[in-house]
Amino acid sequence: MPQIAQLAETWSSQVFWLLVFFGITFFVIGRGMVPKVMETVAQRDSQIAADLGAAKAARDAADEQEEAWRVRENENRAAAQAIVAKAKDEAAAKSEKKLKAAQTRLDKKLAEAEDRIAEARTAALTEVEAVAAEAAQDIVSRLAGVKVTKPVATKAVKEAMTHG
Amino acid sequence: MFVTGFRDVRDVAAEQAKVDPMYQFTIEPLAGSGGWEIAGYNIAFTNSALWMLITTVVLFLFVLGGMKRELVPGRWQMVVESFTGFIDDMLEANIGKEGRKYVPYVFSLFMFILFANLLGLMPLGVFGLHPFTFTSHFTVTGVLAIISFSIVLLVGFWKHGLHFFSLFVPEGTPLPMIPILAPIEFISFMVRPFSLGLRLFVAMMAGHVLLEVLSSFVIDGTNAGATFGLMVGLPSFILMIGICALELLVAGIQAYVFALLTSLYINDAENLH
Repeated sequence: MPQIAQLAETWSSQVFWLLVFFGITFFVIGRGMVPKVMETVAQRDSQIAADLGAAKAARDAADEQEEAWRVRENENRAAAQAIVAKAKDEAAAKSEKKLKAAQTRLDKKLAEAEDRIAEARTAALTEVEAVAAEAAQDIVSRLAGVKVTKPVATKAVKEAMTHG
Repeated sequence: MFVTGFRDVRDVAAEQAKVDPMYQFTIEPLAGSGGWEIAGYNIAFTNSALWMLITTVVLFLFVLGGMKRELVPGRWQMVVESFTGFIDDMLEANIGKEGRKYVPYVFSLFMFILFANLLGLMPLGVFGLHPFTFTSHFTVTGVLAIISFSIVLLVGFWKHGLHFFSLFVPEGTPLPMIPILAPIEFISFMVRPFSLGLRLFVAMMAGHVLLEVLSSFVIDGTNAGATFGLMVGLPSFILMIGICALELLVAGIQAYVFALLTSLYINDAENLH
């Protein structure tokens, strides 16, 4: 095994050159270059984190705006509906009022007409009574030769008419 | 390293017709540097040191490709970032937020071991190169383990002072049990650098020896004639392909285990109980 057989002659050279080359590796590569490589990685990581943060902020802002727009939209819709409902109510109230007015007018006309009819009927009845009384006076004087006064005849006619 | 095996066979088989599966771990000084010294200690630039250099350069180029710093990463940058992210996540999961300051060390450790393991498995023998896996030497893995262990000790005593010794008394231990438990905990703590270093060394060496032995079966079986070639050589070759895939997995797993255990040990020091 040369590792042991050559130990006495080679150990100092092995140790010396190992310290030289591992020292170069440590100081030049390990301490000089590796931190720069890692710095690049850290830079990239922070850049990515910042970009992600910005994207998230932008998304949040968009969400907020959408929410605000939704609220506004809902408000507008509600307002529009209120206006429509109000117009409907007004129109309904107006038409009801008109209908009522027309009804009253009609009722009034009807009542007037009824009054007129009743008046006409009374007038007609009075005339019929008068005619009947005259006719009864006439008839009585002709048939019985009895002269009946007008008030008596009228009374008799009235009696007969009420009794039918 | 099976590709090395073929070369070894060419070199050695001519003389002794025998494959030495351990030869691949031999360290040789390169370009006449055998006599280099600092304060009496030999520092020859060996094939092992060369592959440490290659590992460092390849790792440097790999991470450099991930340094474009583009906001939208390309494929290469993505791979490098996933490695740093992997280590970062592991440390955060095991240690917590304070774990991030260990990313440079654990990343260096993980990638250095991973690239060393993988480069040692590359079939570079096809191009006449001689790959060498320096993580199959306990002199190397031991130093890495000692560095990790030292960091644990330094962090522990720096943050908690002498209170760090309470690491050896698990939370809620009844008072009479402390004299028994504390030595056990202390021993298990002191064994850590050894287990850390030996695990990687053994795993890498075993895999490479296995590949080398199988490659010797393929070569010797084929040389022994058509019957042996079909009976021994071909199954061994098929098995080698499977073992190669397994070794790639082991290369990653051992690097991961080393980094994971290091982060767990640092967690002990960072968050005492």
